[in-house]
Amino acid sequence: MTRIVDKRKNGKNRSAVNRRRFLQRYKQQIKRAVADAVSQRSITDIEQGERINIPTRDISEPTFRHGRGGRREIVHPGNEEFLPGDKIPRPKGGGAGGSGSGKASKDGEGVDEFAFELSKEEFMEFFFEDLELPNLVKRKLTAIKSPKSVRAGFTTDGSPNNINVIRSLRSALGRRIALGAPYRKRLREAQERLEALKRHPDPAPESIRELEDEIRRLRIKINAIPFLDPVDLRYNHRITVPQPSTQAVMFCLMDVSGSMDQLKKEIAKRFFILLYLFLTRNYERIDIVFLRHHTIAKEVDEHDFFYSRETGGTVVSSVLELMRDIVAERYDPEEWNIYAAQASDGDNWHDDSPRCRELLLQDILPKVQYFAYVEITPEHHQSLWYEYQEVAAACAHFAMQRIDGPGDIYPVFRELFKKQEQT
Amino acid sequence: MSRRPLATGSEWTFELIEAYDRELARLAAGHGLDTYPSQIEIISAEQMMDAYASVGMPVGYHHWSFGKRFLDVERRYKRGQMGLAYEIVINSDPCIAYLMEENSMMMQILVLAHAAYGHNSFFKNNYLFRQWTAADAIIDYLVFAKNYIARCEQKYGVEAVEEILDACHALMNHGVDRYKRPQRLSLRREQQRQRERAAHIQSQINELWRTLPQRPGERETDDEDRYPAEPQENLLYFVEKNAPLLEPWEREIVRIVRKLAQYFYPQRQTQVMNEGWATFWHYTLVNELYDEGLIGDGYMLEFLTSHTNVIAQPPYHAPHYHGINPYALGFAIFRDLKRICEAPDDEDRHWFPEIAGSDWHQTLDFAMRNFKDESFIRQYLSPKVIRDLKLFSVIDDDRERHLEIGAIHNEAGYREVRRALAEQYELGAQEPNIQVVHMDRRGDRSLTLRHQQYHRRPLEENDARRVLHHLARLWGFPVRLEVVDENGNVESLYDGSPP
Repeated sequence: MTRIVDKRKNGKNRSAVNRRRFLQRYKQQIKRAVADAVSQRSITDIEQGERINIPTRDISEPTFRHGRGGRREIVHPGNEEFLPGDKIPRPKGGGAGGSGSGKASKDGEGVDEFAFELSKEEFMEFFFEDLELPNLVKRKLTAIKSPKSVRAGFTTDGSPNNINVIRSLRSALGRRIALGAPYRKRLREAQERLEALKRHPDPAPESIRELEDEIRRLRIKINAIPFLDPVDLRYNHRITVPQPSTQAVMFCLMDVSGSMDQLKKEIAKRFFILLYLFLTRNYERIDIVFLRHHTIAKEVDEHDFFYSRETGGTVVSSVLELMRDIVAERYDPEEWNIYAAQASDGDNWHDDSPRCRELLLQDILPKVQYFAYVEITPEHHQSLWYEYQEVAAACAHFAMQRIDGPGDIYPVFRELFKKQEQT
Repeated sequence: MSRRPLATGSEWTFELIEAYDRELARLAAGHGLDTYPSQIEIISAEQMMDAYASVGMPVGYHHWSFGKRFLDVERRYKRGQMGLAYEIVINSDPCIAYLMEENSMMMQILVLAHAAYGHNSFFKNNYLFRQWTAADAIIDYLVFAKNYIARCEQKYGVEAVEEILDACHALMNHGVDRYKRPQRLSLRREQQRQRERAAHIQSQINELWRTLPQRPGERETDDEDRYPAEPQENLLYFVEKNAPLLEPWEREIVRIVRKLAQYFYPQRQTQVMNEGWATFWHYTLVNELYDEGLIGDGYMLEFLTSHTNVIAQPPYHAPHYHGINPYALGFAIFRDLKRICEAPDDEDRHWFPEIAGSDWHQTLDFAMRNFKDESFIRQYLSPKVIRDLKLFSVIDDDRERHLEIGAIHNEAGYREVRRALAEQYELGAQEPNIQVVHMDRRGDRSLTLRHQQYHRRPLEENDARRVLHHLARLWGFPVRLEVVDENGNVESLYDGSPP
């Protein structure tokens, strides 16, 4: 007796729970692996899933088993040259005469990395775990400018265009049933009595007439119940709730003066991309504004921002002024969450640095959620760094870090956006 | 007789599978194969990976280790490093066989013959399976286990349950009663008894650990002091019944894992036989289909390719050599048995006087029913198979500088090779022999295990420590492990306290 069943339509993700449990359990190791993976590859394809390696010894399940040593006799197939009693040198690595490599992993050799694939979502989750956007909470509370009307059940009064037909008719039906019930009961009884009388061999005409009259009266009463009554009416109820803004704009500010070589720009780019990916997880819509500057600042598109080269001196204040103007013109801080990241090698025209500090403190920082400054330089700090340090001391939502090389990008990013202790 | 093939294309349909199954059933019945009813389930590759991850259990409780297995299978499959098996068979009644939808029609026939007739009859008739597993109750029990563990997770938290499961899994291979016949499983009885059992065990344990002062005149003898009186090999059973601090639900989980260990226990000991038997039958049945003209030449070529791959045995020096292929060895032995029955030569008459020239159906049936890998090889590995596979044994003694060739496929070596190969499949050679020897009831309540060394083979120490750590978690008090070498010297390896 054989039964053939098609199970293909049944769920295929039976292992989903187990898979999640595994990821949960080895969170620490996976996070480390994710961080390694990020520092090693180009950040532009970071948004893909990732192959993750974690050391097998961390996740192996122990059992009582034999280790190496002692005496063992193992049978192998395919003898060609050996005779009994032959001595052969011990092969290196293998414990038992080149014994099956099937045994090798059991003996803890050979396989020392456990590799698996993370989906894109999982990867990003691990990637940005423990990070948060600074001041997100504060802004949610203050930015309740755009109220949104949402449904909130039904009410008994309202304007006619809000009448909910189904609800209204449903309560009308209920009312009609309730009000008509006593009449219908009497009607039923009268009809039964009438039937009985008619079947009687000797019907009494008066009684029949009386009953017929009553039936007629009851019918009229039932029909007199109004089909729709004002008390039946129900209206859709809507209330307005404040809606935190879910749009953000990210300003990328970069120094493209002669001192910023391609490597430094590449580092800056990676940093900006990280920031962008991070913001996309928090906001529905994100605008990016690319501003680059040498002695004068310019708004450019992405390609120009990263690839075109210009030389010249450096006046950082120019880009800050431009940002201030663009914010005033296009991004009302009441409606937009504004983030800015500035990358520079810190080489500024000396007299300009104090001006930058003033611009930041007075015009820019009051309007933005967060301003991060990264200085990409292996050398000593210059005047801009020291001026910015004063800004950082004065404002909690201004942060600065230095990046030496590509390996620093991710740690610095984490440092800038790590979860702040709630105080 | 010559009939038209039922199909020639590579696409399978349910009707065709059914039609071929009818033919296979007829042929199998002709050979006297005794099987459970089968349930063939067509599944997709993803579902096959799920089945892999849950070690073939059709219903499984949740545990991270299954997730780990799944990730591993998924990655290797997606990267093309491994193909999925064409089938997985579950030892249950009805016998469930999974067939992949990707298989061609020919492959479905092969798999059907292999699983639904080969493995199926093995499950039903081999003494180890008959004795150790209850095929009609396993699915119910798995459902019970899954629900019970899910309820525990809700009640006590996923982490608490996971900790117990981790510990139990570590001891799983030592959770089997090797010499006692286990009780049969039944879902209703299981649920019904579970509550009273929990209460009962708890009271028993309290009795065992009673610390009330003894009444005068009630002196204990040394014998009573020694508990257990005999060494206990089933560590999980011992823990379940005696661990002082386990909660009733923790005990139940220990029991569940123990029962599963028992269910899988025969499979570990009959790999060569089971695969050999199934391969022998798919080979025999498909050949008969061909002889009757029910499959054409194209199918037969495809079949032979697959079959040859399945029984390929690379020599020891090949780069992809992974030890002896159980399919190849099992198939070779069963086929040679048939040959010995049908066309014995002098050598066979000398080596196998009882079976040379006997009825091959009866002889193979007897062999399938009454042996496990170790005894099967000891009994039936013939000189011809040793010659064909060119088997030779290598002695690896860590006291010698060189490896030594023990025996080869010649007249003087046959018995030696056969003995060595059989011993290789002995459970003692595969798993360390570890037993509970003492439980200190009066003192620190510690538990002492003893490892009896086999050919001076040591335990893998790191792992052993971790397992003992798990055991200490279950036991709740210190756990010791002693190692006894061949001369009877005892040495203490580990002394661990619970976390």
